[in-house]
Amino acid sequence: MRVRAQIGMVLNLDKCIGCHTCSVTCKNVWTSRDGVEYAWFNNVETKPGTGYPTDWENQARWNGGWRRTPSGKLIPKQGAKWRIAANIFANPNLPEIDDYYEPFTFDYAHLANAPQMNAFPTARPRSVITGERIEKIEKGPNWEEILGGEFSKRSKDYNFEGIQKQIYGEYENTFMMYLPRLCEHCLNPACAASCPSGAIYKREEDGIVLIDQEKCRGWRMCVSGCPYKKVYYNWSTGKSEKCTLCYPRIESGNPTVCSETCVGRIRYLGVMLYDADKIEEAANVPSEKQLYDAQLDVFLDPNDPVVIEMARADGVPEEWLEAARHSPIWKMAMEWKVAFPLHPEYRTLPMVWYIPPLSPIQNAAEAGALGVDGAMPDVRNLRIPLRYLANLLTAGDEEPIAHALERMLAMRAYMRAKTVDGVVDEGIAARVGLSGRVIEDMFKIMSLADYEDRFVIPTTHREMVEDAYDIRTGEGFTDCNSCSTGMSKGSLFGSQKRPLKMPQEAK
Amino acid sequence: MNNFFFGIYPYIALSVLIIGSIARYERDPFSWKSSSSQLLRRRQLRIGSVLFHVGILTIFFGHLVGLFAPLPLLHALGISHEFKQILAMVVGGLAGIAALIGGGMLFHRRWTDPRIRKTSSVADIGILVLILIQLVFGLSTIVSSAQHLDGKEMVKFMLWAQGVVTFQPDVAARIADTPLIFKLHIVLGLTIFLLFPFTRLVHMLSVPLRYFWRPGYQIVRSRRTQPLPQHSDAELNQARLTAARRAAAQPTAAE
Repeated sequence: MRVRAQIGMVLNLDKCIGCHTCSVTCKNVWTSRDGVEYAWFNNVETKPGTGYPTDWENQARWNGGWRRTPSGKLIPKQGAKWRIAANIFANPNLPEIDDYYEPFTFDYAHLANAPQMNAFPTARPRSVITGERIEKIEKGPNWEEILGGEFSKRSKDYNFEGIQKQIYGEYENTFMMYLPRLCEHCLNPACAASCPSGAIYKREEDGIVLIDQEKCRGWRMCVSGCPYKKVYYNWSTGKSEKCTLCYPRIESGNPTVCSETCVGRIRYLGVMLYDADKIEEAANVPSEKQLYDAQLDVFLDPNDPVVIEMARADGVPEEWLEAARHSPIWKMAMEWKVAFPLHPEYRTLPMVWYIPPLSPIQNAAEAGALGVDGAMPDVRNLRIPLRYLANLLTAGDEEPIAHALERMLAMRAYMRAKTVDGVVDEGIAARVGLSGRVIEDMFKIMSLADYEDRFVIPTTHREMVEDAYDIRTGEGFTDCNSCSTGMSKGSLFGSQKRPLKMPQEAK
Repeated sequence: MNNFFFGIYPYIALSVLIIGSIARYERDPFSWKSSSSQLLRRRQLRIGSVLFHVGILTIFFGHLVGLFAPLPLLHALGISHEFKQILAMVVGGLAGIAALIGGGMLFHRRWTDPRIRKTSSVADIGILVLILIQLVFGLSTIVSSAQHLDGKEMVKFMLWAQGVVTFQPDVAARIADTPLIFKLHIVLGLTIFLLFPFTRLVHMLSVPLRYFWRPGYQIVRSRRTQPLPQHSDAELNQARLTAARRAAAQPTAAE
């Protein structure tokens, strides 16, 4: 057993209103620069839809994530090391910028500077890459907003796998949900595995996956390796970039920008303890439907005294153990089983999890005749097909999703009975295998979602390894020379390059 | 003149190549990259880039072995100068044509595609043009070589190159009487060496060989100053014991 801690995230899709505040604040902080205008470390997709970049979930096309070979070995889906190295001159799996969108701006100055004309002046679009006129914008970062476009296009959504999708094109049966996406900071990151330069690494102390900007050589295998397409190639600097989970904020105990600014208060951050020795085995279980359960097995119970002792031996700080015991992620993923990994079938063991959304009863006209399971409607009659959510979150296994949705419905029924009727109905809780006390805890964390309940983030103990005197002129986390926490020591020309103790590759 | 270009210029070019590359790697690691433009336009890149790189690499190693293999070794292996000359012409010619076609495609793409053109630096376009000219020079030498298949000319260049790297005096005289096209090819080649540290060519020094040696696929970085203890079963049992002891000392400790 090798105990490590990771900052995990849960997004409660039941409460996401699709306002894009997370995307915009993230963009302003991280990607408002040359070369990454097209990149959104966080974006919000309307589902069903093909997403951004288009069709990203279709790994038959992009070959992202991992593959279990017939002989039982786990290799990147784009190929083992020699195959990746052989594609170094031209990567056949790399998306083109048009698969995201060509970034554009508008001739705003024309609105003010245009001479007197008969027609009202307009601000026409211009490419940010070439500076040339774009006659027609074909795609944007959120081109399918609120089911924009025809059903024939959005029905190419990979999550319709195994669903008779035609009826969902009819107006009466249409359904919609939002999916905010960011880097998953996987336990088994395919981007890091694909990097020929070894520039991508996972931090031992908090599990954040980062790209060393000084070691990156622009071989761009990470872009195709990541099945979530959350590594972006900066065409200006020639280096790849990705979500950093706002590590400077996390280190000081603050939530990420996307979480902090989330209007719907849908985002949760907390510590998860996991057994690093179990990762490979869990990512390599034979059946894709076992992957969700296998990942649950990797997590360690922060209340187990043996785990606590082992964690101490492995150097996990005491506050981190304390935070792990109050982690909202642990509660939602492990205790209540209402949160799920995004596409576990990619075998990356993602660490950004999702609570599936409830939806209205499928057909209001039939509402009276619907199968009602006791006091609650049957989750299989919800407007969003169970299979669709299962394809998204559990590799197609509907049972865990149904179980979670039932618990969420039970939470509503229980709290309605309590606050409206003034009746505490333990029967509702018991039907979904919970107690009234647990449901009230769920309600506090999932519905009220106070700041302190959403974000339980211990500070990083950097004071143990670095001296503030040494970093007084540092530029923090910008992308430039000697700004990344690189690995090289000393300097060719005598002076000490950086007197900091830099992270070393752990074995 | 001959002495400057073939006796002195090689040392200038190689010094700049070596010192410049080291200095750039040391002082400006963020700029060390392949500068791929594949994201902006895939069209023409896959065929062009593969042809170009495979061709150039074949030529590079061909020159390396062809120029620097010691003559006694060739004698020992029984490789005649005639055979080596023809081998160089055939293999080098095919690789040169492949690289020229690939490079031509890459240049066409870089020059005519507005996305690539606007994001190219002067050095990006300049070095590609120089390499293309060098390929034309190199292929032109085949015409000259075809007139003396005995390989004697080639031996002159071998002696010159080996003389340069072993610091022999007056090496320039060894190729004083060779045809002009060879001399142009050498001078431009040395100029490409000279420009090497200031262009994207540095990416060839970053061939990711360590990828094959690095254990497993994943990389984890740690700030710890001491290595982690290796956990044995005994240690796990010890942790169980400690946990049990604490629990016994404080019966409500679990909550």
